[in-house]
Amino acid sequence: MAEVLSKRPTTLANEQTVIDTDYEARALDTMCVNDSHLKHKWYHNLKYAMVGIIFGIAFTKAEIISWFRIQEMFRLQSFHMYGVIGTAIVVGMISVWLIKKYNKKTIYGEKIEFHPKKFNKGQIIGGLIFGLGWAMTGACPGPLFAQIGAGFLVIAVVLLSAIAGTWMYGYFREKLPH
Amino acid sequence: MMELLKQPWPWYVAGAIIGLTVPALLILGNKHFGISANLRHACAACLPANIKFFKYDWKKEVWNFFFVGGIIIGALLATHFLSSSEPVKVAPGLLSELKAYGIEDHSRLLPRELFSFKSLTTMRGFIMLVGGGFLVGFGARYAGGCTSGHAIMGISDLQVPSLIATASFMAGGFIMANLILPYILSL
Repeated sequence: MAEVLSKRPTTLANEQTVIDTDYEARALDTMCVNDSHLKHKWYHNLKYAMVGIIFGIAFTKAEIISWFRIQEMFRLQSFHMYGVIGTAIVVGMISVWLIKKYNKKTIYGEKIEFHPKKFNKGQIIGGLIFGLGWAMTGACPGPLFAQIGAGFLVIAVVLLSAIAGTWMYGYFREKLPH
Repeated sequence: MMELLKQPWPWYVAGAIIGLTVPALLILGNKHFGISANLRHACAACLPANIKFFKYDWKKEVWNFFFVGGIIIGALLATHFLSSSEPVKVAPGLLSELKAYGIEDHSRLLPRELFSFKSLTTMRGFIMLVGGGFLVGFGARYAGGCTSGHAIMGISDLQVPSLIATASFMAGGFIMANLILPYILSL
C-alpha cells in the first residue's frame, strides 16, 4: 500500500490517471467497483458490522455453516439448503427490483449503482473449481468466517488456504483462459 | 420464545434474512454483497507483490472487513447464547454412509473426525482442509465471485453470467460430493 501511495503523482491531472488505474484494477473483479464519494469516519463502517452480526446469527442458527447440510444438498438428501438459497434469491430479487423501480437512494442520498457482469470462461472453469472445494470443505467463504466464530478454530487454516488460492489466481491470472 | 430461537431455524427464516442483506448493504452505502472479495482485499493489503490484480486501494473496501467481522461475532453469539445441546440432525442415509468412513460425531455442526487440528495431520484431513480451502479461494476469484456475489447478489440483479457461475458451482459440488469425495473420505 505504502508503495502504491509513494508512486502517486502529486498533480491533479496525474492523480486522475492513477484513480482510473485503480478503478480498472478493481474492476478486474466485478465484485467491488462501487464507491462512495463521501468521506466518513471509520466508525461509519460499524453499520456493516451490525448487518454482519445478524447475518452470522442466521447463518449459524439455520445450520448453513454445517458440513452435514452441504453434503445433504449435494447428495439430494435434504431440501433445507435449496430452501435457504431459493428464498434468499427471491427476496434479493424483489428488493433489487424495488430499488431500481423507485430509484431508491442510500441513506446518505447517493445513487445506488448496478454494474452488468460480462460473461467469460472463468465463470464456468472457476465455478467448477469452486464447487469442488465447496463440497470438500462444506463451506463457501461466508461460512468459513462463521465457522471460526462458532469455535472451529482449525477453519482458520482453511481460510488462509483460500487466501493463498486467491493469491495464486492473481499471480497466474494473465495465463489462464478467460 | 427463547426456546424457539434455540432450535435450528427453518430455511425460510434464514433465507429471508440472507436475502435482506442485499438491500441492506445497498441502502446503507451502495455496497454489493460479496464475501469472497475479502480474500482478494486480504491479498491486496498483505501481499500485493506487484501483481496488477492486487494493486488497488483496498482501504476503499474496509467496509467488507467490518461485515465479515460481524459474521464472526454473530456466529459466536449464536453459538454461546442461542444454541441447544442437542446433536445436529443428519439425514439417515448420510449418517450411515459417513459411519463407513469412521465419521460418527454429529454433536456439533462439523464432525470432529474431519475438522480438528488432529485431522489436519492426516492425509484425509489435509486434503479436505488445505486442498479444499485452496480450491474455494482460487475458484471463487477465477469465477469472479462466490455464492454470495454470484448466486445471491448476481442472480438478484438478473445477471446471466452469475446464473452460469452458480450452475457451475453446483455442478462442481455434485461431482465432488458424489464421485470424488468417497475416495478422499476412505483415505
